[in-house]
This record gives sequence, structure tokens and C-alpha cells, in this order.
Amino acid sequence: MTLNLNWQAIALTAKLATVVCILLMLIALPLAYWLAYSKHKWKFMLEAVVALPLVLPPTVLGFYVLVALGSRSPLGLWFKRLTGHSFAFSFQGLVIASILYSLPFAVQPIATAFAAVDSRLLAAASVLGSSPLERFRRVVLPLSFSGLITGAVLSFAHTVGEFGVVLMVGGNIPGVTRTVSIDIYDRVQELDYAGANSTALLLLVFSFALLAVVYGVNRYRRGWLGR
Amino acid sequence: MAAAADLTSPLKEITRAFEKANGAKVDLIFGSSGNLYAQIDNGAPFDVFLSADADYPHRLIAKAVAEKLEVGYASGKIVLWVRFDSPFAKNLSLGALQSPQLKRVAIANPRHAPYGRAAMAALEKIGLKKAVEPKLVLGENIAQTAQFVLSGNADGGVIALALALSPSMKERGSYIEFPSDSYPPLKQVGVVISNSKNKDLAHRFLMYMLAPESQSILKRYGFEVPQATVESKRH
Repeated sequence: MTLNLNWQAIALTAKLATVVCILLMLIALPLAYWLAYSKHKWKFMLEAVVALPLVLPPTVLGFYVLVALGSRSPLGLWFKRLTGHSFAFSFQGLVIASILYSLPFAVQPIATAFAAVDSRLLAAASVLGSSPLERFRRVVLPLSFSGLITGAVLSFAHTVGEFGVVLMVGGNIPGVTRTVSIDIYDRVQELDYAGANSTALLLLVFSFALLAVVYGVNRYRRGWLGR
Repeated sequence: MAAAADLTSPLKEITRAFEKANGAKVDLIFGSSGNLYAQIDNGAPFDVFLSADADYPHRLIAKAVAEKLEVGYASGKIVLWVRFDSPFAKNLSLGALQSPQLKRVAIANPRHAPYGRAAMAALEKIGLKKAVEPKLVLGENIAQTAQFVLSGNADGGVIALALALSPSMKERGSYIEFPSDSYPPLKQVGVVISNSKNKDLAHRFLMYMLAPESQSILKRYGFEVPQATVESKRH
């Protein structure tokens, strides 16, 4: 089998997943913190919203990005005035759609890790005079390290594996919105099964390796901490 | 029944009449011809395949996945379509494709959609390929291509005349046909799948696509119909 890979699509997918992963970590940290420690009576509502992309088909998200954020809606018009183009068929559009789509994969592992931090440690740090920010930085974050890694890697991998949303709003523009999953789909469609296979195999090996590393690292860390 | 997406509106009308006449129930599955081809090639349980071209049915016949009898029931046409709120809607011409105001142009993916290939051929023939290429967004099939323009996300689109004449699009935009000699004819062919469990009915349907009532429905949706069959049936 000759390796017939679309490097442009691979580079684009890596760029998309990296941007989404970084932005998601920035969004997920405060969100997960609030979900883990807040006692607000409406907290469950936010939890439900965060989990929505897990159960909604990508077509729902794709549909709303296309129509509600489309170039006829107020939000779409604002975006168009700002950037000169619409959400759909643009890299930024894919980033926004992917952030929504991968949100639970970043937030949930981090929130779970935050919630698992022993509250007595936080109380002790507080008694010793550390500020909330310091407690977060020096107690919560180090103890939630595996949750952070899991959240980051899962959101990266989930974005790499995104298909339905990209198919609906991407417009298949080479170098802008033609990701690896779309490239595989196109190759199957044009009956280039060998080409589809080489790209699909790469994705399979990459995803397996990534997940194996995450689960492996988490296992050893748990070992060190005696849990 | 697996059918190309450009047949959505006319085929619904045709099957309604066929069901009434034959006391049968027809399930319609629409998609891109390439996608449907791959599904059928891998054993999808369809009885009839109506493709948007002749190439996919021929391949199925060559593999004996479809029966030899092929019926060319119509030819598709392509148009440039814009929404009524587009600055080009009035006095629409193909020259609009060159305008910098027309930023995004949707076509079906030429890698696997017959209408996409026709669109690329036509753009090349009328000398606009270079100007339009950087503006292209690709729909997965011709229906998605139409939806890109209808939703306002693309400023114009090269779609099937059949879709431009469909109820949901007719009232929302204007279109202009590409000269029919600017692209290879989109002759559409139907075949019966060899594994069909309802072969008798499947054959009857394939023939029904050539019946005058079916052909006049196809004509109403902008398809060019094979003149000879219509005339011979009329006698």
C-alpha cells in the first residue's frame, strides 16, 4: 500500500485541534471550578447545558451554526461585519463549532478532578493563610493534574475526530475547512478506498496512541498518589 | 429506492401516483449518487437506483450488482441561483460570478457529485473557472449545495434546475440557466438492483419513470426528457 496522505488536511486538523484545545482549557478551568465548588441551586442547569453536546447529534449543532449563526442572523451579521465573512465556511466558524462540540470532554474530567480534591486540604491551606487563588494554584491544580491532562487530550482528540458538524458548516475548502475526517469521506465517495484506508489507518493509530498514553499516565499517577 | 438528491421533489409526486396505481408502498432514500453507489456496492438492500448520471449505474451493471436493463429517464440542467435579497437577483447573469460582491459560490463536490462535475465543466467552458475557484465552497451533494445558498451562507450557487424549481426554493430566489452546450449532458439512468426482493415491482417502477405522466412531472421540474419515449407513448 502506498501512503497517499493529504498533508494539507492533516496540518489543518492539527491546527484546528490545537487552537480548540487551548481555548477550551481557558474556558473549561473556570467553568469546571464553578461546577465543582458552587452550591448554587441552579447549578444542575449549567451541568445539563455543558453535557448537551454528548447527547445531541452533530447535525443539531451544525444546523444552528449554519442558520442561527448564519449570515442572516444578528450574531452572524455582527461576525460578518467584524471579519468580512460568515461563520460558515471559515476556520473561525469551525473553531467555534468545535468548542461547543467538545466542551463536555474538557469540562467534565476537570470538574470531576476538582471535586475529588480533599476538602480538608483546602481548609488546611486556608487556615495557613493562603488566598483562594493561591489555594487553586498550589493545591487544587496539582492534585487535579490527571483530570487536566484527560480534559486537554480528550478535547484535542474529539476535535480531530469531528465529522458531522464540519460536513454541515465547513464547505470543504482545501486548507481552510477540509479536515482529515472530511478527506476520508471524500475519498470513500470517489471510490478511492486505498486512499481512504491510509488516512483512516493513520487516524486510528494516532487516536489509539493518544488514548493509551492518557490512560497509562493516569494509571501511574494514581499509583504515585497511593489512590 | 435509492435516488439522487436532485429528484427529491418530482420523485415524491411520481411515487405517489405509482403507489396508488400498484397498491405498493415505496420508501425513498435520497443522497448523492456516489454515496448511494458505494452503499449499493456494499450490499445495501435497495430495489431501484436512480442516479444523477449514467456512470455509477454502468459500474454497478459491470459488477453485476445491478441488472443489465438501464433506463435513461431524464437529463438534468444546471443553473446559477441567488436569493431574492442578493444584489444580483434582478437581471441575474452568469457574469455575476465574476463580481467581487459575490464572495462565496457553492457547488456540489466535483470529486463525487455529477452536478459538481457539470458545474466545473461549465465554469471552465465559459471562462470563469479562474475567477470562481477561490470562492468555491463544496456541498456534499446537490441538495446541501442548494441549502448553503438558501440559508444565505453562500452568495450564489450552481445547483440543479430541478431544485431551483422546487417549492421551497422557487419563492426565495432567482436563477439563470447555464448554456446547455457548456457542460456534458447530465443524462440520468435508473437500474434495478440484482439482489432486489421485489424485482417485478422494481421493473414496473423503472418503466413507470418513462410513462407520460412521470415524464411530464420531470419536465415540470426542469428536467429534459427523452423526446422519443414521450412521443412513442403518446401514439
